Amino acid sequence: MTGRFSWFNATSLTFGFVFLYLPMLILIIFSFNESRLVTVWAGFSTKWYGELFQNEAFLDAAWVTLKVAFWSSTFATVLGTIAAYVMVRSGRFLGRTLFSGMIYAPLVMPEVITGLSLLLFFIAIGMDRGATTIILAHTTFSMCYVSVVVSSRLASFDRSLEEAALDLGCTPFDAFFSVTLPIIAPAVISGWLLAFTLSLDDLVIASFTTGPSSTTLPIKIFSAVRLGVSPEINALSTIMIGLVTIGVISASLASRGLIARREKEERLAQK
Amino acid sequence: MAQTQHPQGVFAPWDDPAEKPIIRFQSVSKHFGDFTAIDDLTLDIYSREFFALLGPSGCGKTTLMRMLAGFEAPSEGTILLDDKDIAAVPPNQRAVNMMFQSYALFPHLNVHDNIAFGLKRSSMPKTEIPARVDEMLRLTRLEKFAKRKPHQISGGQRQRVALARSLAKAPKLLLLDEPLGALDKKLRNDTQFELMDIQERTGTTFVIVTHDQEEAMTVASRIAVMDEGRIVQVDTPDRIYETPNAVYVADFIGDVNLVHGKLHNDDQGRPSVHWGEGRTPIVGSMMDPAPAGTEVHFAVRPEKINIGTERPRDVTNCVRGKILDIAYLGNISTYHVELPSGEVFKAQATNSRRIARRSFTWEDTVWLWWSDTAGIILTR
Repeated sequence: MTGRFSWFNATSLTFGFVFLYLPMLILIIFSFNESRLVTVWAGFSTKWYGELFQNEAFLDAAWVTLKVAFWSSTFATVLGTIAAYVMVRSGRFLGRTLFSGMIYAPLVMPEVITGLSLLLFFIAIGMDRGATTIILAHTTFSMCYVSVVVSSRLASFDRSLEEAALDLGCTPFDAFFSVTLPIIAPAVISGWLLAFTLSLDDLVIASFTTGPSSTTLPIKIFSAVRLGVSPEINALSTIMIGLVTIGVISASLASRGLIARREKEERLAQK
Repeated sequence: MAQTQHPQGVFAPWDDPAEKPIIRFQSVSKHFGDFTAIDDLTLDIYSREFFALLGPSGCGKTTLMRMLAGFEAPSEGTILLDDKDIAAVPPNQRAVNMMFQSYALFPHLNVHDNIAFGLKRSSMPKTEIPARVDEMLRLTRLEKFAKRKPHQISGGQRQRVALARSLAKAPKLLLLDEPLGALDKKLRNDTQFELMDIQERTGTTFVIVTHDQEEAMTVASRIAVMDEGRIVQVDTPDRIYETPNAVYVADFIGDVNLVHGKLHNDDQGRPSVHWGEGRTPIVGSMMDPAPAGTEVHFAVRPEKINIGTERPRDVTNCVRGKILDIAYLGNISTYHVELPSGEVFKAQATNSRRIARRSFTWEDTVWLWWSDTAGIILTR
């Protein structure tokens, strides 16, 4: 970190960041374009933001997306945490490797295949497609991510904490909720956030499992762009970039502050 | 030793046939797959005892403790607590609490809530809990830290929180798993006396697991020395040290000189060990008589061997050798003396004189002698 300045480093850093962020920067700039033509600059304006908030279709899609993301990530967190707990705690049994492999397999499964198989399943059981089917589909694939995050935390969890809880009179159920869950809560929360982001982001699985009545934002954007990029979509994307940036920065500041405070308290305690 | 501190006389319920043990292990075995952790073990522990399970790692002492806590079930045999078989009782319903080696303090709760954790899950009325927690805080001198989280206090304080938490429910039996392992030596010594004090004040039966023989000797009323899932000897610390019943115990507890030989009875009928052609047999005491000719070991503690430059008169056991090494420990010195036959004896002497005035040093020829009751003859 404290190395000397070198032209090589400076150049590679610049290229790296330009590669990552130039497209987004162009998108943000053109969201403030006066003209309807996306590629021609005609002066600064915020009118597309105003129009965006008039556009019922986009607002509906955003609402559906948030609802789907909230419920699917919540279900995925519950199921993923239970799966992780069972896999880490149950010890050795016949077929354990098979089961844990099966939990993680959807991580590497192509989304098209997951989406198609879910679509066929929903048709087979005669379920009407809509927000509910998207929630179920998102729960299915994002619970694997939750279970990866939670099980890595559980693997480093001191087992004697649970034994101490049992020893002090807890039933195993009580021990889980009053000791294990509060301690692994950060991992559970980051699992939830991960599932939420994955759901917000998903286009492929959602378009397989959606019905005519419920369109999510990624589907809406994708279909709108096929008819031509409009400045409204640029404005919408800029808002999303803004929200993500604020979220990431505040989360990292909060966790850094937490770590610093803890280290300071631990130093004080030893004196 | 702990039992001599009792004002109403010697505390020795194990010698009293009318006394009923609080815990009885009856032919208990525990297997993990092919591995036998506990092998047909029978043991009684009495109320108000401070009982130490001592042995190297892997000897089964922790398994024994986990069976008492309810985290492991015996494969064979029964464990009785107050005459009731506890095999079917889950850990949360046993009147047994445990202090964990890692302390296992709940990091999300402060000191007060850690101590109250077990009380909230007991039959104690909610209104009485704060008073009981305060009592525990006073007992362990933690009043000032009640509102702190475990990461905000030092290692010694954490150890006391763990003790307070496990004592809060007033268990019939408190299990301590290497309780002082994480503390440095000075703090450990202080804490040992604190533990003994708390044990006597609360009148709780303590069972401590340790691999540190000094710790076991200091705190325990009785020690069980374990090896490979079996108990080799159960006795008071002084008897474990003075009259071990096996070479394993003699060697595990403290320092010892061991000589291998054949048992004989000398002309006065005293048991003696023939340990080589042309050497005077060593006379020692013997607990269990054995027929002459039995293969035996003679064990004698270094501090029971005298060292000097002149041959003493009227002693039964006396050998001559050359000083090979001197370990100077300040208050005492240990001399390693090599006999002409190659054996090395260790003798300890207090340094009552300044080191410069010592009358013998490296390479000097010295005499070692000890009384005929100083050492012990062991058949196993």
